[in-house]
Amino acid sequence: MSFAGLRPDLALIAQWIEPGARVLDLGCGDGVLLDVLQRERSVRGYGVEIDDAALLACMKRGVNVIQANIEKGLSMFGQGRFDVVVLSMAIQATHQTEQVLAEMSSVGAQGIVSFPNFGHWYHAVSILRGRMPVSREMPYQWYDTPNLHLSTPADFEQLLTKLGLRVLQRAFLANGKPVIAMAALRATQAIYRFARV
Amino acid sequence: MLFHSGSEPQAVPVKAERLHFSEPLELAGGGSFLGYELVYESYGRLNAERSNAILICHALNASHHVAGLNEEGELGWWDNMVGPGKPIDTERFFVIGVNNLGSCFGSTGPMSINPSTGKPWGPDFPVLTVEDWVHAQARLADRLGIVRFAAVMGGSLGGMQALAWSLLYPQRLAHCICIASTAKLSAQNIAFNEVARRAIITDPEFHGGRFYEAGVLPRRGLQVARMIGHITYLSDDVMAERFGRLLRGREAGEAYRYTYDIEFEIESYLRYQGEKFAGYFDANTYLIITRALDYFDPARAFGGDLSKALAQARCRFLVASFTTDWRFSPECSREIVQALLACDLEVSYAEINAPHGHDAFLLDNPQYHQLLRAYAQRMASNLGLAA
Repeated sequence: MSFAGLRPDLALIAQWIEPGARVLDLGCGDGVLLDVLQRERSVRGYGVEIDDAALLACMKRGVNVIQANIEKGLSMFGQGRFDVVVLSMAIQATHQTEQVLAEMSSVGAQGIVSFPNFGHWYHAVSILRGRMPVSREMPYQWYDTPNLHLSTPADFEQLLTKLGLRVLQRAFLANGKPVIAMAALRATQAIYRFARV
Repeated sequence: MLFHSGSEPQAVPVKAERLHFSEPLELAGGGSFLGYELVYESYGRLNAERSNAILICHALNASHHVAGLNEEGELGWWDNMVGPGKPIDTERFFVIGVNNLGSCFGSTGPMSINPSTGKPWGPDFPVLTVEDWVHAQARLADRLGIVRFAAVMGGSLGGMQALAWSLLYPQRLAHCICIASTAKLSAQNIAFNEVARRAIITDPEFHGGRFYEAGVLPRRGLQVARMIGHITYLSDDVMAERFGRLLRGREAGEAYRYTYDIEFEIESYLRYQGEKFAGYFDANTYLIITRALDYFDPARAFGGDLSKALAQARCRFLVASFTTDWRFSPECSREIVQALLACDLEVSYAEINAPHGHDAFLLDNPQYHQLLRAYAQRMASNLGLAA
C-alpha cells in the first residue's frame, strides 16, 4: 500500500482509514485523498468543497464532491452515516471551529483532523524576535492569513475533551517526517483521530 | 431567452424525425392516450453497444430542437452545451432531444386533431404529468433500441424529467443530470403558474380553449403569462443591471410622460418577450405544461419523504444550481442532494456562481460548462466508452 505521492499528513490519514470505509472529506481541495483511498482502499465517500477550481479538480478526478460551506452546517450529511469525517489542514481557518468539530463527530463515527502546530519552537523564537511566524505550514503574513484559530496539540486536546470527544490516535510531523520526542515543540503538524466518549 | 450565447461557427444541420406510437399510454390522471406521435432530433452516432445515448429533456417553452441548425435556420436551445467538441460532446455521445406529448412543436398536442371528433383537441387534451412524459420517452427509447441511457439530463422542468427517470426506470439510466431544478414546486411557484393560467383562461379570445375553431388566439393572455414567467427567470440583479430605471426612448434626465403606455425599458422588454411568445406558443400547451410542473412531487407517494422516493434510484447523479436562481433556488437542489446522500447514492453537487437567475442554465458560463464537460468525461470512463 503506497500513499507516497500524498502530502505527508494526508498519507498518514490515509493509513488510518480502514478499507471499505465510508468517508466524508471536508474541505477536500482537489480530492486527492479520496481519489487515492477509492483506488487503493475501496473507500466510498464524498468530498465537500466551497472553492470552484477545487470542485472542478474533484470532478476531473472522478471524486464525488458536494459544493458547500462546511461552516453553514453539516446537517445535509445526516447523522452517523460515515465511518470517518476528515478535515485536513483547514480547521485553523474555520470561524465556527467548535461547532465544526462537534458536527464532525455527529456526522461520522470518527473524526480525523490535521492542523499546523502553532507551538513549534520556531514560532516562539520568531515571536521573541518581535515578528509573527511565517512557516511552511503557515506561509502567510499576519495581515493576509486565512488562519483564525491557531492552536497547539494541548489546546486541541483540551477542546476535544470539552466537546466530549476522546483521542483514539495522534501523530506529529516535522516537515513531513514523524516526530516522537518533544513533539509539542518540534512538530510542524499534528494529526488526531477521535470519537465520542 | 434574454442572452444569446456566442454564435457557434460550426453549427451542425439537423432534421427532426417523427415516430407514431399505437399502443395506449396509461396516464397518471386516469384513462389512457391512444395513438400519438413524438418528434425528436438526434446528434452524433449510437455506438454498436448502444451504450452512449444521452436523452435531453426540455423545459417549459423549448422543444426537441436541442442543438445544431434546423431546417428553419434556428439554433437549438442548448447548442452551447451539446454538439461536436461541446461539454456534451456529440463526437462521443449519441444525444436525443424529444418533444413532449402536449407540446405545440410537433408531437401530439392540443393543436392536433382528436380522432374521435375530427377537431383539434383543445381543452379536451388530457392533463399530463412529468411521469406521463417519461413513460412516453421510454417508449421512444424502446423504438430506438436504447435499453439503458448513458445519461438523462435536463434543466428546470427538464431536470424534473431526469429525476423522474431515475425513479421510474432505475435500470435504464447510468447517470442523471439535474440542473436548476426542484423535487417539487413551492406555493410561490404554483402561485406564479396560476396567475399565468388565469391570464390565459380569462382572455375573451380563449373561448374555453376552443379558440382554434373560433379562428382567434388568446394573445393577450399568453403575453401576460409569458411576462410573469419571464420575471421569474431573471434575477433582480440582472434586471437592475440591464434595465434599471432606464426610460424607453428618452434620456435619463428627461421628464416622465405621465402615461400608462410604456415608460420604462423593462416594460418594453417584457411586452416584446410576451408578444414574441404569443406568436409561436399554444395557450393550451401552456396550461398543460404549467400544470405538469405543479403536480410534480415524487415524495408525495412516500409521505413527503424525498429520500424514500429516491431510494428506488440506482444511477449516479450530478445536481447543479445557480446562486441567483430564485425560481428553483439552490435550496431546492440541496434538498435533492440531501435525499440522495441519505440513500447512499453517488452524487456530486455544484452551486454555480452566476448572476443571471434561473436562465443561467441556458447560458455560457465557464465554470458550469467545464463542470459538465468533466462530468461527461467521467460518464464516458464509467461506461468504458472510447475516447
